[in-house]
Amino acid sequence: MFYRESGDFKKTYQDDSQTFPIKFDRRRYYVVMAIAFLVLPMFMTDYFANAMMIPFLVWAIAALGLNILVGYCGQLSLGTGGFMAVGAYATYKLMTSFPGMDMFSVVLLSGFVTALVGMIFGLPSLRIKGFYLAVATLAAQFFLVWLLNKVPWFYNYSASGQITAPERSIFGIIITGPHASPITGYLFCLILAVGLAWVARNLTRGRLGRSWMAIRDMDIAAEIIGVNPLMAKLSAFAVSSFFVGVAGSLFFSVYLGAAEVTEAFSINVSFAVLFMVIIGGLGSIFGSFVGAAFMVLMPVLLKNILVGGFGWPTDLAAHLEFIIVGALIVIFLIVEPHGLAQMARVLKEKLRLWPFPH
Amino acid sequence: MSIQNTTADQQHNPAVLLDLKHISLSFGGVKAITDISFDIYEGEVRAIIGPNGAGKSSMLNVINGFYHPQQGEIWFDGKHRQAMKPYEIAYQGIARTFQNIALFKGMSVLDNIMTGRFTHMSKNLFWQALWKGPAEQEEIANRELVEHVIDFLEIQAIRKTPVGRLPYGLQKRVELGRALAAQPKLLLLDEPMAGMNVEEKEDMCRFILDVNDTFGTTIALIEHDMGVVMDISDRVVVLDYGRKIGDGNPDDVRNDQTVIDAYLGVSH
Repeated sequence: MFYRESGDFKKTYQDDSQTFPIKFDRRRYYVVMAIAFLVLPMFMTDYFANAMMIPFLVWAIAALGLNILVGYCGQLSLGTGGFMAVGAYATYKLMTSFPGMDMFSVVLLSGFVTALVGMIFGLPSLRIKGFYLAVATLAAQFFLVWLLNKVPWFYNYSASGQITAPERSIFGIIITGPHASPITGYLFCLILAVGLAWVARNLTRGRLGRSWMAIRDMDIAAEIIGVNPLMAKLSAFAVSSFFVGVAGSLFFSVYLGAAEVTEAFSINVSFAVLFMVIIGGLGSIFGSFVGAAFMVLMPVLLKNILVGGFGWPTDLAAHLEFIIVGALIVIFLIVEPHGLAQMARVLKEKLRLWPFPH
Repeated sequence: MSIQNTTADQQHNPAVLLDLKHISLSFGGVKAITDISFDIYEGEVRAIIGPNGAGKSSMLNVINGFYHPQQGEIWFDGKHRQAMKPYEIAYQGIARTFQNIALFKGMSVLDNIMTGRFTHMSKNLFWQALWKGPAEQEEIANRELVEHVIDFLEIQAIRKTPVGRLPYGLQKRVELGRALAAQPKLLLLDEPMAGMNVEEKEDMCRFILDVNDTFGTTIALIEHDMGVVMDISDRVVVLDYGRKIGDGNPDDVRNDQTVIDAYLGVSH
């Protein structure tokens, strides 16, 4: 009854093309933002920030990036882990080479470095499609991890082969390093996640986004309409890798603090992000967040319920957790193959008519 | 150069928009098109007809750059056209629709038609990422034009619907809309009425004639429905087995013996 678009007339095209055309949606969005920025930091425990919110935001950014490539441009990629590693190592090199640089610049520059690398590995997409492209991007995954592990310059010749984030700050607020508060880390990730989601939304609703979707849906027709496939695919790879690079950068500097490339950025990472995108919903920004939430928060939640609530032994809970999360993935995909975002969309359509569906 | 040549042509012809000279196209040993020449005048409706496998669609694919003929010259808008990629040709002002619908299934009707404006939009990635400002202005200016196309094709009610959900006839109309949004000089229609019922065909004919009248768009169309072809086209070119067997106004073509033979067969 409250979820209505009737009577809400749009008088300009500007109003008509806004992100949340329904008033209720718009208000809900502001409320969520207010809670995320103002309420949560006040009541958040360090555990909640560290174990749930920071990884959720980091993975959401990675999922957003992969969704641009897979969901919007239709180019299947399994190189996410490798690109995240590039972002992380770029961050490490920037932090150690330019100690005075603020964290925003470091993270965004790491994104740009990753975008460049992503474009290079995107070149095969001009010739190959679908599963074959996935295999080609798999090469990126293995090559990049191998390279970052093999060349000592990337980890500053440290004996352990690990990279460790030194202490860095913005305007005197410590963001990384052992003395950083998880809550500032959370806010830092939140600002980037919201900003990047906004950028993703802008790109996908405009000329560039339409060229991506055109390539995804019907590449021949796209070319006839004037879309240069080279530009469309490479820009998708660049933008996607930028997001993934930022995620890798945050994953290393804010979340982990120290990382070893073969462990932190293995092929599992690529698959995890791909699952997030598929479960959340291909071609949906909201879906990227939901998918990340599902894959990050669900295990933590289950663990808390099983171990904290029922008092079961940790190892049993850990195994059950895998079983339950796996089963849930299968169930969700059977019920709604287009992901949780599509579920939300269907719910919305139902809600519009509720309680008088006829 | 031989630009002199075309001005000479234009003196005794109405302005020639597209001139195909001795086009031959083969795939390996298969000859799809053999030495075909014809021209399309500015502002006319030009039909390309012929039995199945005559090379009609190959001809359209040559015109918009999917295939590069082994021999022959293409003159567009008074200039000799070098081998180009299809997307470059789109920038020259050639748009088309496809025999089997080639819409962007995951996008709404509005987005599909907006994609048709691609060549007329130019704001770079930076401005688009910001959205507010130049990118939004450009978007709105083009949206206004797209809304005209939507009004023209009478599809206002479905503008936000994903095209995958639409019935066949409407999808064809949306595809026409997408091509029209590009404001092409030359519009190629590959069987715009295939699989339609009588009313839908009538609607489509009306749209084609209206496009031709109100926007002055030159149209080249492939069609199998002879009634439609004879009614709406100004001139007809007939192909058979990759060769041109007839060219002229509908009445001449209809009474041409070789054309009748090609369609009805000859007793041996």
